[in-house]
Amino acid sequence: MKLLQCPVNGIRPVSEFTYGGEYREMPDADTCSDKEWATYVHHRHGAPGLKKEWWYHGPSGTWFIAERNTLTDKVSRTYLYGQENKA
Amino acid sequence: MPLRLLKYALSREHPAPRFFRDCTEPKKTYDAVIIGGGGHGLAAAYYLAKDHGITNVAVLEKGYIGGGNTGRNTTIVRSNYLTPEGVNFYNASVKLFEDLSEELDINLFYSNRGHFTLAHTDSAMRTMRWRAEVNKHVGVESYVVGPDEISKACPQLDISCSGQAPILGALYHAPGSVARHDAVAWGYAKEADRMGVEIFQSTEVTGIDVKSGKVVGVQTSKGYISTNRVLSAVAGFTPRICEMVDVETPIVIHPLQACVTEPMKPWLDTILVSGSLHVYVSQSSRGELVMGSSLDPYEIHSTRSSLDFVEGLTSHITDMFPFLGNVKVVRQWAGMADLTPDFAPIMGKTEVEGFYIDAGWGTWGFKATPISGKTMAETIARDMAPDMIRSFRLSRFEDYELTGEKGAASVGH
Repeated sequence: MKLLQCPVNGIRPVSEFTYGGEYREMPDADTCSDKEWATYVHHRHGAPGLKKEWWYHGPSGTWFIAERNTLTDKVSRTYLYGQENKA
Repeated sequence: MPLRLLKYALSREHPAPRFFRDCTEPKKTYDAVIIGGGGHGLAAAYYLAKDHGITNVAVLEKGYIGGGNTGRNTTIVRSNYLTPEGVNFYNASVKLFEDLSEELDINLFYSNRGHFTLAHTDSAMRTMRWRAEVNKHVGVESYVVGPDEISKACPQLDISCSGQAPILGALYHAPGSVARHDAVAWGYAKEADRMGVEIFQSTEVTGIDVKSGKVVGVQTSKGYISTNRVLSAVAGFTPRICEMVDVETPIVIHPLQACVTEPMKPWLDTILVSGSLHVYVSQSSRGELVMGSSLDPYEIHSTRSSLDFVEGLTSHITDMFPFLGNVKVVRQWAGMADLTPDFAPIMGKTEVEGFYIDAGWGTWGFKATPISGKTMAETIARDMAPDMIRSFRLSRFEDYELTGEKGAASVGH
């Protein structure tokens, strides 16, 4: 069984989690160009590497950030959004 | 054929014929370079040579030909999609497939089985009616059938699915077929090679040179090749190739797994798909049940297999066919599926002149092999995408003109 560290509930089986996609910075909708907005809405960093991703722990309703290498599927650390430095 | 056989009878030597030359040293320059020696890349090479007379072409394959998703799919060919663009496109592919064994002079074991997409809910029935009407409108033989007709075509199927998800009806698609996927790659390779295309296996592309917005060459593990036309037909490696030319795409990579059982006597004539149970199954000409499921739930650039997948799939398949409980799964594998947000492919030109893309094939790539090769060859030869693939262009995302192809296998209804 694969395990994942929830920042609130500790190590839990991966079946309790849902993947929420890569963490992305939203451009300012008032000032960005149409092309920048379309890129934000549709395009993704598809190439493999270490990525910051949203994950969700279903039973406790916790959204958090996982840093995971998408080539090796190794999670280096997980933390609540905005608490990167405390992790 | 008889003359060839006679020659064998009179000779004492019987060397196995090679399908294509063993090319090792690429030339310094080619009219076009195709990255990826899968079905799509090889088909594009074949149609470039056959339809457009462009034979000074190199196909570069990192591994061996047909070793990627061409050899990892569940070999289903069908055209019962949801959008008119999709149905037209895949229907053209089915038509090419039907004559392909003869055209490529290789037995593709193309076997017309009929294809049932099972519906277990009212909303799924609604989608089936929708797909049937779009299909009929475009001239594709698809219609909605009830449980009785399904039972007649496949008496072994438990219509109640062990009481878990009773089948209300299905979309029947008469042209649904299976074909031997490796042979499609070999056949295209053989005929492309015969017309002068050079195929390089174990040759990795490490960079693409772009000058003033135009492709000028390709760096490979076997040296530099100068060319001003490059086609990327690399499925799960598309984001890595696109990164070399700074072309952004919406593509994300999720593994798609499949497995086969031990061989049995022929009993399953048709192809069965259930979006709700995430199962598709057919019986191969060797007697194995070829089974696939939905995509893995998160991005991984890997072809690892998982126990979760076989557990989930076999639980659903035994709901449909309880008597398969004692049958063994003998092989499982995975491919790297390149997914798009609208479940339609990405084909055609890009913002880099001379860099063409054939990607976003997610779970629907094999069935499109002939038509994607033909349309991409035309795109490369004329530097203009034919109308048939206009709605699959990369710039549709910038224009917010997505295709919305919910007939893709991985989509539950």
